[in-house]
Amino acid sequence: MTSLAPKYYRTVREVRGPLLIVEKTKEVGYGEIVRVLDPKGGERSGSVIETGEGYAIVQVFEGTSEIDADKTAVTFLGDTLKIPVSQDIVGRVLNGRGEFIDGESPVVPDDYLDVNGLPINPTAREYPKDFMQTGISAIDGMNTLSQGQKLPLFTGSGLPHNQLAMQIARQAKVPGKEEEFVVVFGAMGISYEDYKFFVNNFEKTGALSRSVLIVNLADDPVAERIFAPRLAMTYAEYLAFTLEIHVLVILTDMLSYAEGLREISAAREEMPGRRGFPGYLYTDLASIYERCGRILGKRGSVTLIPIVTMPNDDITHPVVDLTGYITEGQIFLDRNLHNKGIYPPINVLPSLSRLMTEATRYTREDHRDLSNQLYAAYARAQEVRNLALIIGEEALEESERRYLDFGNAFERRFVNQGFEENRDLSYTLDLGWKLLAEYVPEEDLTRIPRKIIERYHPRYRHKGAVKSEEAP
Amino acid sequence: MEGKITRVAGPVVMAKGLSGSKMYEMVRVGEDKLIGEIVRLVEDRAEIQVYEDTGGLRPGEPVETTGSLLYVELGPGLIGQIYDGIQRPLTLIRDEYGDFIMRGVVAEPLLKRSWSFKPKVKPGDKIVGGDIIGEIQETELVIHKVLVPPGIKGTVKSVEPEGDYTADDTIVTVETSSGEVKLTLKQKWPVRIPRPYKKRLDPTDPLITGTRILDFLFPIAKGGTAAVPGGFGTGKTVLQHQLAKWSDASIVVYVGCGERGNEMTDVLRSFPELKDPRTGKPLMERTILIANTSNMPVAAREASIYTGITLAEYYRDMGYDVALMADSTSRWAEALREVSGRLGEIPGEEGYPPYLADRLAEFYERAGRVICLGSEDRIGSVTVVGAVSPPGGDFSEPVTQSTLRIVRVFWALDKSLAEQRHFPAISWLTSYSLYSGVLEDWFRKNVAPDWGALRTEVGSILQRESELSELVKLIGADALPERDRLTLYIGRLLREDFLMQNAFHDVDTYSPPTRTYKIAKTIVDLHRAMSSALSRGASLSEITSPEIRKILSQLRYMPEEEFENALAELRDIMKKLFGEVSS
Repeated sequence: MTSLAPKYYRTVREVRGPLLIVEKTKEVGYGEIVRVLDPKGGERSGSVIETGEGYAIVQVFEGTSEIDADKTAVTFLGDTLKIPVSQDIVGRVLNGRGEFIDGESPVVPDDYLDVNGLPINPTAREYPKDFMQTGISAIDGMNTLSQGQKLPLFTGSGLPHNQLAMQIARQAKVPGKEEEFVVVFGAMGISYEDYKFFVNNFEKTGALSRSVLIVNLADDPVAERIFAPRLAMTYAEYLAFTLEIHVLVILTDMLSYAEGLREISAAREEMPGRRGFPGYLYTDLASIYERCGRILGKRGSVTLIPIVTMPNDDITHPVVDLTGYITEGQIFLDRNLHNKGIYPPINVLPSLSRLMTEATRYTREDHRDLSNQLYAAYARAQEVRNLALIIGEEALEESERRYLDFGNAFERRFVNQGFEENRDLSYTLDLGWKLLAEYVPEEDLTRIPRKIIERYHPRYRHKGAVKSEEAP
Repeated sequence: MEGKITRVAGPVVMAKGLSGSKMYEMVRVGEDKLIGEIVRLVEDRAEIQVYEDTGGLRPGEPVETTGSLLYVELGPGLIGQIYDGIQRPLTLIRDEYGDFIMRGVVAEPLLKRSWSFKPKVKPGDKIVGGDIIGEIQETELVIHKVLVPPGIKGTVKSVEPEGDYTADDTIVTVETSSGEVKLTLKQKWPVRIPRPYKKRLDPTDPLITGTRILDFLFPIAKGGTAAVPGGFGTGKTVLQHQLAKWSDASIVVYVGCGERGNEMTDVLRSFPELKDPRTGKPLMERTILIANTSNMPVAAREASIYTGITLAEYYRDMGYDVALMADSTSRWAEALREVSGRLGEIPGEEGYPPYLADRLAEFYERAGRVICLGSEDRIGSVTVVGAVSPPGGDFSEPVTQSTLRIVRVFWALDKSLAEQRHFPAISWLTSYSLYSGVLEDWFRKNVAPDWGALRTEVGSILQRESELSELVKLIGADALPERDRLTLYIGRLLREDFLMQNAFHDVDTYSPPTRTYKIAKTIVDLHRAMSSALSRGASLSEITSPEIRKILSQLRYMPEEEFENALAELRDIMKKLFGEVSS
C-alpha cells in the first residue's frame, strides 16, 4: 500500500453493469485494488480490469447501484488484490469480499496473499495417491477420492447435492490425521434458505470448528461471486502449503460462478463464446481448479469438490463440459435414483475417479478388484433391466434375474445410506462383498483374482469376521 | 529501443514509441521485464502478447525491444528436460524460485555443464548449413550431432580438439564469404519459422505405436500427421501417453498444452522408470517435455506448440525420427482466440479468429519426412499427433473440422465405447488413415505377406457386425441366421480380445506388430474354420468352443513364450474341432 495520501478521482465517465470507467487516471496498475466512495458516503471496493493512458476500467465488487458520474470518487490503492490470511480463519464465516459476517472480531493476519495465486510449478507437484475418506460408500468404494484430486459433482436442480456436500464436509477425513484437516466451503450465488441450511448444519454438528465458510448469496454483488472461489483457494493454499494441513475445498455452485463471469464479460462487451460464456471460460475455471494438488515435501494437500448444476440435466453445457475437461473424473447424481428414494443418488456407471488406480494401491488389497467387480455386476444389472423392459421380467432366465436383484440391492443397500451415516472404508468394502456373496455366483467373479476371493469372500471368512450391515 | 506502455488488458499490452520494431519481435515489458512478443504494429504503436501474468503493470512503464524474434536455444541438454511454453527450464526455476512460478523469472534453457565433444571436421574442410561438425553423447540413447546452423557456408579454419566444452564455447571457426564465423555447441532459432530442409519425401515407414488398433487398422507414417479428437473421459491423454511411451521414434517431444498439472507430474514420475521396449533404457532419455498447464499464462500456451515443434525439427535435422504429441491443440486454439479477442479482431466461427485454419495448417505442415540440410543427405522425420478436445464431444466445431482438413490420420475417440469401458475407445467405424495403402508394403515385407488382406477382412467383419447389431436391437439375435450370428460372435472376439488393450497392464500395454498380426490372424482363421463348418451343416452351438474363447481372451496378457505356447495350443484345438485350417 502506498504511504502517500490517496488521490481521489471524480472523473467517472460511464457506469455499465458492475463496471466503472474512470477518466484522467495516471499510471494505474492492471489488477490494482480500488476504493470507491459512493454519493452517500459509503465505501466500496473493486479492481482494475483494464488500464490505459488516461483511463481505467474498474470492476466494483459490491455492484454499482446508486453510483453516479458526478459525486462518486475513486481512488487507486497501488497494489494488486491481497487478502489477510491466518490460521484463525478456521471456524469463521466470511462473505465473498473476505469480510467476517459471523459477528466475531476480525483475525490478526499472519500474511497477505494475492487472491489470484501463482501457478504451481509442474515439477514441484506430487502425484495424488493417498486416500481421502468421505464416508460415502458410492464415492469411497467405487470412485475413490485422493488427497490433492479435483473431483466435481455433476448434479441437476432439485437433486440433494447440498445435503451430500454438507455430509461430505462433515465426514471427510484423512484416516489417522483427523486433527490436521480443514474444510473450506465456498458457496456462490446460493439462496438464503440454502445458506441457512449450511450454516445451521455446520454449527449444529460442530463441523464449523474445523471449517471456513465463504458465502456469496444469490442477491449479493456478482463481482464478489467471481472473487469468492479465489478467496477459498487462497485460504486453502495457505493452510495446505504454509501450515501443512490437509484441506478439502467444496465449491458450490460453479454454474452460478460462471454465470457471474458471463455477466461481467457481457458488461465489458467481450466477444461471447458458447452459450454467451466468454471464450476464456476454460482458462478461468482452470485458474481455480488447478490450484488444488500436492507439493513435494509438504505434508498438506488441497483437494477440491466443485459442484456443478447441469441446466436441464445437459452434460454438454459449457460449464459442465469444461469442468470435466479440467478435473480428474466426476461424480454423477441421477434423477431416476433420486426418484426411487435412493440417497445419495450417485449413479456409479457414468461416475469416474481418474486417480483411483493409484489411490486403491494404498487402501486395502481387495479394493480395486472388488470395485471393478461391483461395477461390472451393476452394469450387467442395467442391461438386464433394459432387457426386462422389452421382454418382461417373467421371461428372464434365472441367472439374469439374479443380476436384477443384485442391481436393486446394490442401489438400496450400498449406494443408499443415511444423511447421518458415516461409513468407514472397510465397512463399505465388506458390504460390497456381502452383496456379491448374496446375489452373484462365485464363478461370475471374473474380475477378482482367486487369492483375493479366498481372503475376502464371506464364504471363506471366519464367522463374525464380516460385520453385519446394521452396525454403525 | 525503449517504448512506453499505453494500455493493459489481460495478457495483451499496448505500447508506443516502438517505431522500427518488427512483427513477432520479442520484447521485455515493464519494470519486471516480462517476456512478450509483438503481435500487431500500427505506426510506432505495438500490441504485445505477454507470456506472464500482467497484474500490476501500469501505463508509462517501459517496453524494451530485443531485436530478435521469439526464439529457442538449441544444443545438447534438451533431452530429459521439462520446459514451459517459452523454453524456461521448470526444474531449474523450481530450484531457484520455489514451488510456485513467480513473474519475471529468467533461466537459461540449456544446462550450465560441459559436454564431451568429438569433432568430425578438420581445418580446410568445406562445410555448409546442416553439416555435422561433431558429436556428443547426450544421453545413453541419443547421440547429439552438432550441426552447422542453416545459412552458413565456408571453409573450416580451426577446430578445437576432442574434450569437454560448455554450450557457449567456440568449437569451430569458419571462414565464410562475409568473414569469420564462430560456431558453438548451441544455436538459436525463431520458433515461428520452420527450420529448412533440402527436400520433402513421401512417407514409407510406419511409426509403430504398439497399440493394436492403430498399427493394424489405422497406421500412421513416420513424418505423418494425426488428430485424436474426443470428449472428456474418452482417453485422449492416456492414448497420447501410450504413444509417447511406446512409439518407435528416436526422440519424443511431448507438449502438455493447457492441460492438467497432475498429468505432467504423472509423465515426470513414470517416464524415468519406464523402459524403452527396444533398448531397455529409461524412456526419459529420449523425451523432451513442454508443460504449459491450464493455469499458466495463456499467451505462453499459444507459443508452446511452436517451441515444441522447433525442438522436434532440430533433432530431425540430425537425422532422427521424432514424434511430437500435442495435448491439446484445442487449448492452443483457445489461447489464440483469447488473444485475438483482446486485440479486438473480427471473429470467425465460434469466436475463433478467421486465421485459425491457417495457423493449424502451418503447424501440421511442419511435420514430414525430409532429406536434411547438409552434404550427406541424412533422412529425418517429424510425426505430429495432436489431441483435440471438442466442446461437448461435438466434432462439428471449428478446431476439429479445421484439423481434419489437414491431417492424414483420424483417430476418433468414441464416448459410448469409453462408457462401456472399451479402451482404447477408438471408433473402428469412423476413424481412418490415408497412409494404410502406402504402408502396406512395409508391413508385408517386415511382418507378414498377408497383412493387407487380413486388415481388409477384419475391417469388413467389424463393419458387418455393426450393421447386424443394429438389426439385433430390432428383432433380437435369435431371429438371425446362423451365419450372421457367427459374424456377431467373431466381431465380439475381435472387439474384446484384439481391439481392446489395457494400457495399465505390464504386457498388454505394448503389442509388437508380430503379436498384433498373430492375434488377428488367429481370430480370422477361426472365423473361416467355423464358417466352413457351418457350410458343412454344423450348428453354431456345436462349434462354439468355450475353451478357445478362454485362451483367446488371455492371449494379449501373456508374456512372449507363454503367448507362443498358447497360440500353438489354440491351433491344436482348432485342428481337432475343424480339421486342417486353410488360410
